[in-house]
Amino acid sequence: MAEHKPDSARRTVLLAATSVAGGMAAAATAFYPFVNSMLPSERAKAAGAPIEADISKLAPGERMTVEWRGKPVWVVRRTPEMLDVLKKNADRVADPESSKVQQPKYATNSLRSIKPEYLVLVGICTHLGCSPVEKFVVQSEPFSSDWKGGFYCPCHGSLFDLAGRVYKNKPAPSNLMVPPHRFLSENKILIGEDEKGA
Amino acid sequence: MVRNFLLLVFLTPLLAFAHEMHLDHAPINPSDNASLQRGAKYFVNYCLNCHSANYMRYNRLTDIGLNDKQILENFVFSEGKVGDLMKVNMNPNASKVWFGVAPPDLSVITRARSSEAGSGADWVYTYLRSFYRDPTRPTGWNNTTYPNVAMPHVLWELQGEQELKAHPVRMEGYEATEEKPALVKPGQLSPVEYDQVIVDLVNYLSYMAEPTAKSRKNTGIVVLTFLFLMVGLTYALKKEFWKDVH
Amino acid sequence: MAAKKKEPVVIEGAGPLNAPIGGLLTWVDQRFPLMSIWKDHLSEYYAPKNFNFWYFFGALSLVVLMLQIVTGIFLVMHYKPSAAEAFASVEYIMRDVPGGWLIRYLHSTGASAFFVVVYLHMFRGLMYGSYRAPRELIWIFGMIIYLCLMAEAFFGYLLPWGQMSYWGAQVIVNLFDALPIIGPDLSTWIRGDFVVSDATLNRFFAFHVIAIPMALLGLVAAHILALHEVGSNNPDGVEIKAKLDDKGHPLDGIPFHPYYTIKDIFGLSVFATVFSVILFFLPEMGGYFLEYNNFIPADPLKTPTHIAPVWYFTPFYSILRATTEDFMWALRVGVVAYAGLILFTSRGCLSKILTLLLAPVILLAMGVIEAKVWGVVLMGVSTLIFFLMPWLDKSPVRSIRYKGRLSHIALTIFVIVFLTLGFYGTQPVTAAGTLISQIGTLIYFSFFLLMPWYTQMETTHPVPDRVTS
Repeated sequence: MAEHKPDSARRTVLLAATSVAGGMAAAATAFYPFVNSMLPSERAKAAGAPIEADISKLAPGERMTVEWRGKPVWVVRRTPEMLDVLKKNADRVADPESSKVQQPKYATNSLRSIKPEYLVLVGICTHLGCSPVEKFVVQSEPFSSDWKGGFYCPCHGSLFDLAGRVYKNKPAPSNLMVPPHRFLSENKILIGEDEKGA
Repeated sequence: MVRNFLLLVFLTPLLAFAHEMHLDHAPINPSDNASLQRGAKYFVNYCLNCHSANYMRYNRLTDIGLNDKQILENFVFSEGKVGDLMKVNMNPNASKVWFGVAPPDLSVITRARSSEAGSGADWVYTYLRSFYRDPTRPTGWNNTTYPNVAMPHVLWELQGEQELKAHPVRMEGYEATEEKPALVKPGQLSPVEYDQVIVDLVNYLSYMAEPTAKSRKNTGIVVLTFLFLMVGLTYALKKEFWKDVH
Repeated sequence: MAAKKKEPVVIEGAGPLNAPIGGLLTWVDQRFPLMSIWKDHLSEYYAPKNFNFWYFFGALSLVVLMLQIVTGIFLVMHYKPSAAEAFASVEYIMRDVPGGWLIRYLHSTGASAFFVVVYLHMFRGLMYGSYRAPRELIWIFGMIIYLCLMAEAFFGYLLPWGQMSYWGAQVIVNLFDALPIIGPDLSTWIRGDFVVSDATLNRFFAFHVIAIPMALLGLVAAHILALHEVGSNNPDGVEIKAKLDDKGHPLDGIPFHPYYTIKDIFGLSVFATVFSVILFFLPEMGGYFLEYNNFIPADPLKTPTHIAPVWYFTPFYSILRATTEDFMWALRVGVVAYAGLILFTSRGCLSKILTLLLAPVILLAMGVIEAKVWGVVLMGVSTLIFFLMPWLDKSPVRSIRYKGRLSHIALTIFVIVFLTLGFYGTQPVTAAGTLISQIGTLIYFSFFLLMPWYTQMETTHPVPDRVTS
C-alpha cells in the first residue's frame, strides 16, 4: 500500500457530509414508516371515533356510562342539591377551580361542565387507572364520616366530588378528566369532539 | 362448485384464446379527482349492493378530494359512520345460492386481474363492455371477456343490449369470422357516454386497489432525489479514501 | 484475579470529546473484547485490494438480511397468522397502518432483492473459486444459508394467504408425498391437516419469524468468522497472505475499515437506488415480485389456471417439471455414460468399485420408483450439488481468470441454462418448454458432474505472484 499524504480537509468534509446525509436517511427511515406504524391505525381511529350519547332518558341524580375509545365515559345529570353541595365543597378539594389543564376550555370552571346540570367525565382514576365507583348518597361512609356524594376509587381510596374534583390528601394527583364533548341537541351529547373551531 | 370447475377446465383453451384477443386499453387517469369521485359514486350505487370492498374505508375517499361530510351524506348508507369499511349487507351464502358463486370482494380486483395481456384496469374495462344477451344462461347474459360469468349485466339499462354478431377478421392466409358483441337496443346512454362511465368506474377501482399508490410515487421521487445525491457523495468519499491505495 | 491489563483506547477526530469517548471505550474494553473485535474484523482485517464489482454483494446480502428482520418485526405487529384473518390483515397493513404499505413493500421487494444479491454473491464464488481450499467451510456455511433462505422464502410466501400462497404451499408440501413409504404421512405431518389450512399457516409463521431467522443469524456469523479466519479470496485467486510486508501485513491487503466500509457504503447507495426504483414505481415487478393471483384470497376449492413459484425458485421447479417418464430414459443413458466415464478415466481403485456398486443400484431404482419421485430427487440434488464444488473443481488455479477455455464455456453455458430454466419455470407447461427444460436439466448437472474432467483437461494460464490491479 502506497503511503500518500491524505488530503485531510477534503476527507473530513466528505466524511461529515456523508455522515449527516446518512444520519438523516436513517432517521427518516426510522420515523416515516417504522415509528409511525406503531401509532393508532385507521381502524383504531374509526373505532375511537366520537360517539353520541342519548341523554333523554337520564333522570336527575343519575349516571349513565358510554364507551369511548375503550374507556368508560360518565354522563351525570346533577340535581340542584348536588350543585349546592359542590359550591360548599371548594375547601375540601385540591383544585377547586380546575386550574390544571385537564379539561377543554369550556369545562374550566368549578362545576367542570358546559351546562351545570350535565357532567361528562372519563371514568378513569388519575392515580393508577382504576374506574372509581359511584357514591352519590350523602351519608357517613367508612372512608369519610361526612360524605357529600361523589366517586370513590376502590383501588387506593381516592375521593372525587360530583364535579370530578379530587379531595385533598388523596393518592390521585388531579381531578378526573373531562373528554372533549359538545351538545348536538337538547338530548344528544357528542363525546370525543369539540365544538367546530373551539 | 364441481360444475364451475369443470366449466373452467373446458373453457381453458377459450380463455387462452381470449388472452390472445387482447384487452382494450382503459384510458384512466389516476389524478383526475372528478373522474374518481364519479367512479366512487357509480361503485357505491351499482357494485356495492352485491360486491363488498371489505378493506376500504369510506373516509379514505378524502384521498380523492372529498370531505367527511360529503362522504357521509353521499356515500355511506344510513346508520353508517365515515370510518366504516365498505361492507355489503348481503349474506355471502345467500348470494352463492342466487348466482352460483359469492360475488368476489372488489377491494383489490384490478391488482388480481392483471396479467400479461394487460393491466387489471384494462381487464375490468373490457369486461364491463362485453356483456351480451344469451338466452341459454340463467341470468340471460353472457360475456366475451369472462365466458359464462355468473354476474348479470347490472348496467344494461345504461348501455342497452348487445348481441353477438359475426365480424369478418383477416387471419393470415384465410378469411374467418369472429363473434363480437354489438349494440342492438340502445340504452339510456350513448356508447361514448357509457364508455366514460366505465372509465370512471375503473379509474376508481384501480385507485381503491392501492389507495397509497399516489403517496408511494411521491415518496419515491423524494427518496430517489436523495439517493442520487447520496450516490454522488459516497462515490466522492470512496475516491478520496482510495487515493491511499492506488 | 486481576483483569488482563489492556492499553487505554485512544481516539482521535472527535475534538474535545476525544478524552471522554476514549475513557468510556477503555472502560468497556477492559470488560469486553471491544477493541479486539473491532481490529480483527474491521480496522485490521486485511482484505485484498483488488476487489471488484462482484464483491459488493456479500455486504449487500447482510444489509438485506437486516432489512428483512427489521421490516419483519414491524409487520408481525399487525399481521394475523390465521386463515380467517391473514389476507385481510395484509390489506390492513397496506391501507390502515400508518406507513404500513412502505414496510410491506420493503419486505416483499426485499425478499426478491435478497435472492438477487445472494445469486450474484454465489456466482462471484463460482467465478473466482472462492470455495477452493482453505475456504470450503465458508462455502458450506454459505450454502446452508442459501437453503435456509429458500425455506424462509417458502414459509413466508404462505403468510399473505392469497391463491398463489395457498397453492404454492400445497404443491411444494405434496412433493414430500412422492417419497416412498413415509411420503403421505410426512406431508400430512408437515401440514398438520389433510390440506393446507390454518394449522399449516400457524406453523409456517412460527418457522418464518422465529426458527429460521435465528438459524440464519447464527449461520451468517459462522460464515463471516470462517471468512475472517482464512482471509478473503480475490478476483485473481492469489493468496495475499503469501507476501507480507515488514509489519507482517499482506502486501496486497488493505484494512477493511475504512477502505471497504466506505466502498460498501457507496455500493449500498447504488443498490438502494435500484431497490427504490422498484419499490416505489414497480412494486409488483410485472407480477414477478408480487404475483397477481396472490391478490385473490386463498380458496381451497379453486386452483388458479396457472400457478408458478416466485422467480427465485423457478430454475429448480423447471427441473422438477422436466422429469417425466420419457425423460427417465435420458437419465438412464446419462447414468450409464457417467459410470463409463469414471471406469475408463479414473485411476483410483475405490472410485471404480463404488461406481460398479452404485450405478446398477441407481439404474435399478430408476426402474422401480416412478418419475415423480425422481423429479423431487433431482430438484433436491440440483440445490445440494453446490455443496460439492470444493471437491469437483480440480483445476490447478482458483480464478476463472486463469482457467482454460473449457471452464469459461462451461460457466457461461451454466449461467445461460440457469436463466433459461428459471424462465421456463415461470411459464405454463408446453411441449417445447418441457423439451428445453429437459435439455437444460442435463446440461445443469453436466456442469457439476463433468467438472473434475474439464478442469483438469484444459490448459490454464500462469497465475501472477501478486494481485493485479
